[in-house]
Amino acid sequence: MNDRQVPLPAASEWTFELLDRYHAEIARVAGEYGLDTYANQIEIITSEQMMDAYASVGMPVNYHHWSFGKHFLSTEKGYKRGQMGLAYEIVINSDPCISYLMEENTMTMQALVIAHAAYGHNSFFKGNYLFRTWTNADAIIDYFLFARNYVAECEERYGEEEVELLLDSCHALMNVGVDRYKRPPKLSLFKEMQRQKEREAYLQSQVNALWRTLPAREAREEREHEVRFPSEPQENLLYFIEKNAPLLEPWQREIVRIVRKIAQYFYPQRQTQVMNEGWATYWHYTLVNTLYDQGLLADSFMLEFLQYHTSVVAQPPYNSPYYGGINPYALGFAMWKDVRRICEEPTDEDRAWFPEIAGSDWRKTFDFAMRNFKDESFIAQYLSPKLMREFKLFAVLDDDHNDNLKISAIHDEQGYRKIRKIMSDQYNLGSREPNIQVWNVDLRGDRMLTLRHHEYHRRPLGSATDEVVKHIARLWGFAVRLEAVGEDGTVEIARELKLEKRRH
Amino acid sequence: MFRIIDRRFDSKNKSAVNRQRFFRRFKGQIRKAVSDAISGRSITDIDNGESISIPSKDLSEPQFGHAHEGEWETIYAGNDQFATGDEVQRPMGGGQGRGKGASNEGESEDDFVFQLSREEFLNIFFDDLALPNLVKTQLARLVENKSVRAGFTSDGVPANINVVRSLRGALGRRLALGGPYREEIRQLQDEIDELSKTLPEDHPDLKARWERIERLRSKIENIPWIDSFDLRYNNRVKVPVPSTSAVMFCVMDVSGSMDEEKKQIAKRFFMLLYLFLKRTYEHIELVFIRHHTVAQEVDENDFFHSRESGGTVVSSALEMMRDIVRERYANGMWNIYGAQASDGDNWENDSPICRQILADEIMPFVQYFAYIEITTGEPQNLWREYIGVQEACKNFAMQRIEGIADIYPVFRELFKKKLA
Repeated sequence: MNDRQVPLPAASEWTFELLDRYHAEIARVAGEYGLDTYANQIEIITSEQMMDAYASVGMPVNYHHWSFGKHFLSTEKGYKRGQMGLAYEIVINSDPCISYLMEENTMTMQALVIAHAAYGHNSFFKGNYLFRTWTNADAIIDYFLFARNYVAECEERYGEEEVELLLDSCHALMNVGVDRYKRPPKLSLFKEMQRQKEREAYLQSQVNALWRTLPAREAREEREHEVRFPSEPQENLLYFIEKNAPLLEPWQREIVRIVRKIAQYFYPQRQTQVMNEGWATYWHYTLVNTLYDQGLLADSFMLEFLQYHTSVVAQPPYNSPYYGGINPYALGFAMWKDVRRICEEPTDEDRAWFPEIAGSDWRKTFDFAMRNFKDESFIAQYLSPKLMREFKLFAVLDDDHNDNLKISAIHDEQGYRKIRKIMSDQYNLGSREPNIQVWNVDLRGDRMLTLRHHEYHRRPLGSATDEVVKHIARLWGFAVRLEAVGEDGTVEIARELKLEKRRH
Repeated sequence: MFRIIDRRFDSKNKSAVNRQRFFRRFKGQIRKAVSDAISGRSITDIDNGESISIPSKDLSEPQFGHAHEGEWETIYAGNDQFATGDEVQRPMGGGQGRGKGASNEGESEDDFVFQLSREEFLNIFFDDLALPNLVKTQLARLVENKSVRAGFTSDGVPANINVVRSLRGALGRRLALGGPYREEIRQLQDEIDELSKTLPEDHPDLKARWERIERLRSKIENIPWIDSFDLRYNNRVKVPVPSTSAVMFCVMDVSGSMDEEKKQIAKRFFMLLYLFLKRTYEHIELVFIRHHTVAQEVDENDFFHSRESGGTVVSSALEMMRDIVRERYANGMWNIYGAQASDGDNWENDSPICRQILADEIMPFVQYFAYIEITTGEPQNLWREYIGVQEACKNFAMQRIEGIADIYPVFRELFKKKLA
């Protein structure tokens, strides 16, 4: 308790002066806890601008596409009917880190968002290894600007519709257009512009070289023993298409590249939902409570704050009509809280399960965990039996060979490890999303592209597959075949699309 | 470092372009939804935008995904009754939509619903429709003069005198003309002041100067306070502008055979026409003429809501329309549109008269005349007579409507853009 502190005014309407004062206190406490962040830029926007931002994947600048208009319309409808509130915050992983505050929010809400986004998410963006590896916070806004200008230029030159069709096809491959194991080169507007021209010429020449050799007649018989192209399967379809699709024009390659880069930028966010949201929620909760303990916040502020907070971290049970799966905010928040508990007040069970962190310095453990994990590994590492009991977690096996569902594990001694494993797997993008790889291109024949889907737990591909294959064929320009590889290694042809006519 | 930026006044509608692209891309589906929407609902609602629903499968953004088959092991929260090894029937749990489509959410999942603004709605609604003969009239007849201010002139009619300008001129003139006299008076006054220090009051030098001042003063007073020369008149010139006025005649049969349903159909048709004209003309007057055996000009409310009985003499209404056109709208400044709704029932001997009035005395003055016959039966004598009009006049159109669902297609048929 610090008696010298003068409480902050408890107004429900925010003003710029109040924002400054609240922010100063939040920043002070965040500093005391050792949160390391990018510089903060807070932007005040209207609800309509919030919907705009929503619709264009949260970015302040983006190229134009009908799908963003569709998202805008559905958000607008929900918001106007009062079916849903807008998200409390949008925060952009950039340096400076941009957080949006909506003008309709109360002062309490603004303080919550500042603590949540500007200190919680911001420190996660700066610290977590995935974000450090895959995104360049200082260059991303520039890159989006480059992308928008480039796409607009193409629209002018080649027609809106042409560009739109291309973007549709690229968007369909966004989830299979990311690298998982390579460091992307730095992007910045200046370099990007400078290099784009060279790249165009170079890529085109490579492609030409690829097709220049005519098949020798006698080679046909030896097809079976022929080397595959690519020699190793490739997981990044957009990358493969950008580099190898024979018929794409240079500007089309550049657009494929833009979509690929953007998909890559969002990839870490998709892998750290629980951790990242939990982290931000934990910190808004902790920062605000610390300020309250220091006598800076009024009781009315805290009541309002707690009401928002509890609704964010609510986890309805499986049989509730509001159940929508595990709430990542609830799970994440509970896990971080639990990690601190294990550090500060470990039980015998915790000592047995988490010998390396039980009784350790919680700040150091937090920092280590935040930097070095993603959802999948974070859960595998830190989901404690106590939390499984609190959430009353249980695993259900849905096998279409059986008539009934089977409860395969519950929150008891025999089930803890199994639940943790299944839960971790549930957040593993590699098993959540189909594993599709480029297998072969028939270089000497009809140039057919063969993709392989490695089945996981006998799960077939969904109903959108035909559409996606059409999009791939549009980009590739020749026939596309999709093979399904069973877990026992059998290969069968799942889809095949021959193009009736060539483009151009 | 910390910065707060107020973006609230930045450009709004960043998504407007994306929204437009969405509309362009799904034009076909949206147009179909729009025409479905109006066939069911009240026409007056159309003026306020519309909630549009199109099947969401048409606008999906496909991605590779798993079908819910094979083996799935999922974690749920809130166990209240299960032990390991228990078997449960499908589907699991409450509100989650992850199962195999056992959800009863129905429509909301399949349809994508969104709001169109009034402007967007009408644009789509009337897309591809054009007013017949619009071009011709714009060039030939749509000219009306509008008088605009053009400064001031020194002659004009008394009604246009600009008082301020005129008095300002008068003041200036008085100052200019009286200036030399006043100057001299000031000089004389100074001399008098000088001399009166040394000379007695009645000295002739002083007296002479006083007299001179008197004379000068009367000269100043003789300058006229206002002169015809000072008058200024507001100047207005006539500038030709295209006329944006139209008058729409609604003619409806209210005899006993026109029941409420038929009148509703007619009303919708008239409203559509009104909305459509409104997109082109700034100002539209409406004239409502109802008739049974005699015609009557009424206001909108009476037009749609009162019911008469008895026989039908259509020519009475056409005569009335003709007379009103001659009286009020014959100065060439009006674009005249006519729409007539009837169930086709007419007094046998009257129909040829109708044809004659329409073809000779009305059609030459109107831009367009549409006749709709609301009936499910065989065409009657009026229809047969009107076919003759249609052959003679290009700007006459007729269509039959059987039920509410026909209104929009018929309307489109009447006003579809004709290739030149």
